Amino acid sequence: MNVNFSADEIAFRDEVRTFLDEKYPQDLRDKQAQGIRWDREDHLRWQKILYEQGWAAVNWPVEYGGTGWTVIQKYIFANEIAEADAPDMIPFGVKMVAPVIYTYGNEEQKERFLPDILQSNVWWCQGYSEPGSGSDLASLKTRAERDGDHYVINGTKTWTTLAQMADWIFCLVRTSSDVARRQEGISFILVDMRTPGVTVKPIITIEGEHEVNEVHFDNVRVPVENLIGEEGKGWTYGKVLLQHERTSTAGVARSKFRLNRLRRKCGESLHGAAPLIEDRNFARKLAALEIDLKALEYTDLRTLAAVAVGKAPGPESSILKVRGTEIQQGLDALFMEAAGYYALPYVPDQYVAGFVQDERVGAGTETRTSLTYFNNRKASIYAGSNEIQRNIISKHVLGL
Amino acid sequence: MDFSLSEEQSMLVDSVSRFIDNDYDFETRQRNAARDEGFDPATWRQFADLGWAAVPFAEDDGGLGGGPIEVALLMQQFGRGLVVEPYLANIVLAGGALRQAGNAEQKSEWLGGLIDGSRHAAVAFAEPQSRFDIADVATSAAAVDGGFVINGSKSMVLNARNADVFVIPARTGGSRNDKSGITLFLVPADTAGIGIRDYATVDGHQAAELLLTDVQATATAVLGNIDGGFDTLRSIVDDATLAVCAEAVGIMSTMHEKTVEYSKNRVQFGVPIGSFQALQHRMADNLIACEQSYSLMLWAVMLKAAGADDTSRAISALKYQIGTAGRRVAQEAVQIHGGMGITWELDIAHYFKRFSAIETLFGNADFHLDRYVALSA
Repeated sequence: MNVNFSADEIAFRDEVRTFLDEKYPQDLRDKQAQGIRWDREDHLRWQKILYEQGWAAVNWPVEYGGTGWTVIQKYIFANEIAEADAPDMIPFGVKMVAPVIYTYGNEEQKERFLPDILQSNVWWCQGYSEPGSGSDLASLKTRAERDGDHYVINGTKTWTTLAQMADWIFCLVRTSSDVARRQEGISFILVDMRTPGVTVKPIITIEGEHEVNEVHFDNVRVPVENLIGEEGKGWTYGKVLLQHERTSTAGVARSKFRLNRLRRKCGESLHGAAPLIEDRNFARKLAALEIDLKALEYTDLRTLAAVAVGKAPGPESSILKVRGTEIQQGLDALFMEAAGYYALPYVPDQYVAGFVQDERVGAGTETRTSLTYFNNRKASIYAGSNEIQRNIISKHVLGL
Repeated sequence: MDFSLSEEQSMLVDSVSRFIDNDYDFETRQRNAARDEGFDPATWRQFADLGWAAVPFAEDDGGLGGGPIEVALLMQQFGRGLVVEPYLANIVLAGGALRQAGNAEQKSEWLGGLIDGSRHAAVAFAEPQSRFDIADVATSAAAVDGGFVINGSKSMVLNARNADVFVIPARTGGSRNDKSGITLFLVPADTAGIGIRDYATVDGHQAAELLLTDVQATATAVLGNIDGGFDTLRSIVDDATLAVCAEAVGIMSTMHEKTVEYSKNRVQFGVPIGSFQALQHRMADNLIACEQSYSLMLWAVMLKAAGADDTSRAISALKYQIGTAGRRVAQEAVQIHGGMGITWELDIAHYFKRFSAIETLFGNADFHLDRYVALSA
């Protein structure tokens, strides 16, 4: 048992640092530093840079273009990406649908879809939730009826993140209602967003931004070769995907970066006042959060170490989801507290590309802290709400 | 970075865990705690025979050359069994002081007896007014011809009842809260002027108040350097803090597991109470707290083992975690056991009392969060 990195691991860290120093474009760094939301082309450009380096698919098996890295290398990589304030990969393709395709898809599907995901040629989105199926996902009603060589899909998906940018959507749909358990009769189907009958309607969220959507399916005809695995087994495939999703929602590296940035900012004197870090109450809140985060970091590492010796991320991944999102939200709240009155001006234009910086209200991104705080209340709701995670822990870990 | 146990570490865990399961049930523990000594001398000798007492000492000193990781693994199991034998007082605290600051003569006089279980020792790390500040030493040691005369009071001296020797921090310089000017003295327990008011503690352990009146110490009784005892004191109290946190991790997990089991069997309204979501979510949170605490323990012991600069900060983080998340686990375990949880008969109550004592020992959550903040600056 030891905490030290080996010489090889330190060399790897330096390699990642050098890559980020040299290849992370300055204009994207600036956008990130100014809190300006990236557009589709920004994300794809950055993801293609990672692909060129061979680092787009950290967790995939090597045969499909994965890195073959050890747990510690992945940990180092995530830390360095966060430390450079580079965004994570948009998860829906590389982290979510791809593992389902390479685990349960046939050879033709792997050849057809995986290279475009790896190279960020195609943007994916996720069609799970429905207006009537939030936490109770198995109650989903979107139907896919077989008609010759096609499925005909009717229904509505919702909370579809960045569907307005997406080329493809992976969906859980009901292919049979004549089942003993609701979890049966659900299938995993891939749909080209350009198919006639697919329409995307924006949902504006609490902070005023367009991030999520409703996606309507009106007699959408999808070739049967877009079905992954067996008809009616989609729930099983989707569950595996959700466990991957939960592991990655821990967001430890990103939270570490944010916490250190908050500590630095609070050590500076803003608006002529004494540094906030000298306020004992604030310092104690920050410290308590940092301790929670350190515990999560080691829980995450223990989980990754277990995965490395061949265990799939099990129900324990729910622990990472619950604590990871609680800590993120704790940080959101502390950032907003640190901003004081400057959390209140609603100036979203400041975070759109092209904003003239000398008209800025507040120092740095203070006025963004409230938007982030509001928006990220989603974290304890999405990917199976934290209450659902506690149900999973109760049932599958505690055996209650 | 590596989380796996070495072969020796696995064997150690297996041997202690087998002992707890087979030879140290709750009735045995209660019987041992009720003895005059506050523990069972035969069991303590068994700990020595099995080599557990020798774990943290260097091979040259007659030990096994283990370190903080091995001690934490032992303590975690001791927590599971609610062990009352004085490992903390003899091995971690007094043994640690001798190991770190003792000269060859002092080691050869005392370490052998501590390691083979024939002799006992106690470190007087607290005073009536000091609360958790180990630099708050009002006890004085005045230099006289041929040695020192010690006057003052000590409190919560663990294992004082059985001690053959005391490690007494006393002020040889500086003012009351100064870190410099503290000297550690190795004083045989039968020295004239040592008044012992001993008592049981709420958790089934034992400790004492010491009243030191003109206690004579020779120059050879100085452990380490004159005026320079604070670093050793801080180091052994850090080690002891880490050790009781590991014990607390063992206690928390045991309380959590027993609670889940109880909730599956206790039927109310015609169903096991574990089927109620209000309780399920709380037990899920308890599991999370146990896992998070174990993770922080690994972090702290690995830093300690590596001799890292921020070890003290990590230990304070862990103690804070135990005093907050751990406290909730312990309180919830009692709550979910209902009325049975507050009976003397049930082991849960005794796990709860030991856990609560650990919360206070060497500084509570508030104290350690402040220390963490100070060490982060």
